[in-house]
Formats: sequence, C-alpha cells, structure tokens
Amino acid sequence: MMGSQPERFKSKFRGILDIPREERFVSGHRLCAGCPVGTVMRMLTKVAGKDSIIVNGTGCLEVSSTPYPYTSWMNPWIHVAFENTGAVASGVEAALKVLKAKGVLGKDVKVVAVAGDGGTFDIGLQSLSGMLERGHKVMYVLYDNEAYMNTGIQRSGATPWGAWTTTTPVGKKWKGEWRWKKDIMGIVLAHRVPYAATASPSHPMDMIRKFEKALYYTREGPTFVHVLIPCTTGWRFDPALSIKVARLAVETGIWVLYEVEKGKFRVTHKVRKRKPVREYLKLQGRFRHLTDDDIEYIQKIVDEEVDRINKMAGEEVIGPVEA
Amino acid sequence: MASGGSGWRTLPPGGIIVEPGSSLRYKTGTWRVMRPIINQDKCVRCRMCWVYCPDAAIIETDEEYVDSKGRRWNRTYKVNYDYCKGCGICAEECPVNAIEMVPEVK
Ligand SMILES: Cc1ncc(C[n+]2csc(CCOP(=O)(O)OP(=O)(O)O)c2C)c(N)n1
Ligand code: SF4
Ligand code: SF4
Repeated sequence: MMGSQPERFKSKFRGILDIPREERFVSGHRLCAGCPVGTVMRMLTKVAGKDSIIVNGTGCLEVSSTPYPYTSWMNPWIHVAFENTGAVASGVEAALKVLKAKGVLGKDVKVVAVAGDGGTFDIGLQSLSGMLERGHKVMYVLYDNEAYMNTGIQRSGATPWGAWTTTTPVGKKWKGEWRWKKDIMGIVLAHRVPYAATASPSHPMDMIRKFEKALYYTREGPTFVHVLIPCTTGWRFDPALSIKVARLAVETGIWVLYEVEKGKFRVTHKVRKRKPVREYLKLQGRFRHLTDDDIEYIQKIVDEEVDRINKMAGEEVIGPVEA
Repeated sequence: MASGGSGWRTLPPGGIIVEPGSSLRYKTGTWRVMRPIINQDKCVRCRMCWVYCPDAAIIETDEEYVDSKGRRWNRTYKVNYDYCKGCGICAEECPVNAIEMVPEVK
C-alpha cells in the first residue's frame, strides 16, 4: 500500500448473497430470545473476518457471549472492564503496531471495539474520547439498547425522553425519562474522525457496508458505528418484533441512517414518507404510559430533528409524515 | 486445555477460554416455547431469516430442492432446533410467510 495512489473504498457487499456463510459469532450464546445484538454481531464478525481482535466492554453482550468456559466468538476476544473499552482497544492497537514494527506480526490485524450505551455514552466516554483523540486505528461499534440492560434496565445518557426504566419510573410524580438522548454522534464527530455512521439491524446491507467502510477507514484513524438495538426485555415488546421495531425507528425518522465520511454528511437510506412516531412508540411497553400530548411532543421534536437533517443534507432526504 | 492438577488448577493461566466457539456445546434449544417450521414449498430463498436470526439457528445449505410447482432451488434453509430459542423473528420477517410458529407442547 505504501507510496501508492490513495485508493478509493469499494464495497465487497453488493447484494445479500455476498454475506459469507461462515459464522464467527456462533450459536449457544445466552442473549435473550430475539435480541438483535446477536444479529448485529454475526454480521459484524462476518465483515471483520478472522484477522480481527474484538475488544468488548462489560454489558449484555459480553456476559451473554462468554459465560465461562464458553465463548461464542471465533475471533480473539478480550474483556477488561466496563469503563475502558476505548483504552483497552487503544492498547491492543498500540501492541499490534509494535509487533509489526519488530517484524513479529506479518499481517494486517484489525481492532474492533464493541460496547453498550452505558459503556459508551456514560462511564466509557473518557476512554472513548482518549482513543479518538490519540487517533488509534480502531473501529468502535456502539450497540445502543438505550439503557443499562445487563444490570436491570437503568437509564443511561442514551435513554430517550418519556421512556420508562427502573431508575426513571412511572408513577404520580415521575413519567419516565425527562431528558433527551445525548448526541453521542456529535461528540464523536467533534473528534474529527475519518468515518462515523448510524445503522440498524433492520437494514442489514446498509449496516454491513458501514462496518466494511469503518474498517477500511481505520487505516486513517478511529472510526465509529452507532447501531440501534431494540431490547425485547427492557423496551417491553414481543421478541418476534425486534427487527420490526428497529425498522419503524427508521421509517418514523426517529433513527436516521447516515454516515459522515471524511467530513461529508450523507443519509444512506432516504425515507420518502415518514410514519407517525406513534407507530414506533405503541409497540413498546416502556412508552405505554405516554399521553396523546406526550406523543405529539415527541413528534414535534422528531420533526425538528428531521428538518435539521434535511438542512445538513441540502435536500429533503427524510420526507413529511404521511397523512 | 488443562494445565495439570485438579480443581482450579486445571484452568488455563488467566482463566482464558482457549476453544473458539465453545458455546456450540451449550444448547439453547431448550428455551424454546414456540417452534418455527419452514415450508420449503413457499420459501423463495431470499436469505432474510438466515440474516436476521440472532442465534445463527437458520442453517443455509447448498442442498437442491424442487418445489411442487417444479421450481428448482439451489439453496435450502432449515432451522437448527439445537439452538433456536423460538423468538419468532424469522416468521415475522419472512416476506412470503413461509415460516409458521407452532407450540412446542400441545
Ligand atoms: C465500574 C463498573 N460499574 C458497574 C458495573 C456493573 N455493570 C455491569 S454491566 C452494566 C451495564 C451495562 O450497560 P450498557 O453499557 O448499556 O450495556 P448493556 O448491558 O445494556 O448491553 C453495569 C452497570 C461494572 N461492571 N463496572
Ligand atoms: S425463531 Fe428466532 S432463534 Fe429460532 S430460527 Fe427463528 S429467528 Fe432464529
Ligand atoms: S425468509 Fe422466508 S423466503 Fe426467505 S429464505 Fe427464509 S424461509 Fe425462505
């Protein structure tokens, strides 16, 4: 690669049949029935391939995929703690660099960090920021189920307005979470990373190409993919609906699929006509207590956010709510 | 795997897991309450159930299949009941409703 012309990214994944059949995140894990983290990790490891080291922060995924002496990972995998996924990934990447410089390691090995929203928005934010700031060549995948699920559904900086959690209960005084979801993408992008994107398991090809692109751009620095993970247990819905809920998040404009490649913003999946947010909310028990006024309020905030996205895109990429 | 002795002494140093994918020895099929049944005649081999299954419990093979309308398919999708947790995502997402969920116990 050295000294050659800068090559352009070209996806290997043109269609669904291009996804490798071989499993690298295998059966026998103990994620809840219907948990789309399983889907996402299967697709992620298929893209990352065998020459990748996975660094996993504490949380549902880590606990459910590695109850001793079992592991569902086919790749080298390391877990240290809850707050330091970014730091551990930085260390692994630095070690690989040294091994390469010493001629011990002859091939290109990628580093993939995976952590939940608690481990990323909150307790792991400093280690993530350090990793981004120092420019470690790591792809960081944030799987966002919008609360601390592994310890029993406590709110995090990712929990959306109105959502019930065990620490934002619903009663006479409290009506669920009263703060808005933290803009983690904004925080990551403020570090001027070469690539960052949002993804959803309901749109697997879009997600796979983003994993691929994020891995590609690690040659320039840290990259980030933020994946929405509807949680059957914490969001309170029928396990069969996990993918449907994720799709509705996209179709209502609550979850916009976009990427920022070398500073260039692009919506990767346009939504011509939006569905009302109510359709997304009504499937989930965590929003059961919301009144019509509450739902209208959420709709208004989403409309404003969609406006902002359309302005950034310079065209109407996310359309109006269908009547 | 073991480093001699008994009890904890049999564990590899650092308590690392040395066998990749060892969870395959842990069968999660016992969790299942509802059982997905794929109708091979209806299936259009779109691969969606295989993609979405969180448990890698849909197996894709190169087995050929000729359906009742005489269509020849060069891939087959089957459920691996050793691991399928019965979540129902495959049945929900199948675009042609080729998968039916039936109770495990009548
Ligand atoms: C320093 C520290 N504090 C608390 C815990 C307990 N703990 C383990 S997992 C977890 C929640 C993880 O939440 P999140 O990162 O959102 O991932 P999820 O479980 O939702 O997948 C907590 C609080 C811990 N392991 N370490
Ligand atoms: S019911 Fe769920 S676990 Fe079983 S095969 Fe279908 S998607 Fe996979
Ligand atoms: S989703 Fe339905 S049609 Fe597609 S491969 Fe699976 S069973 Fe066949």
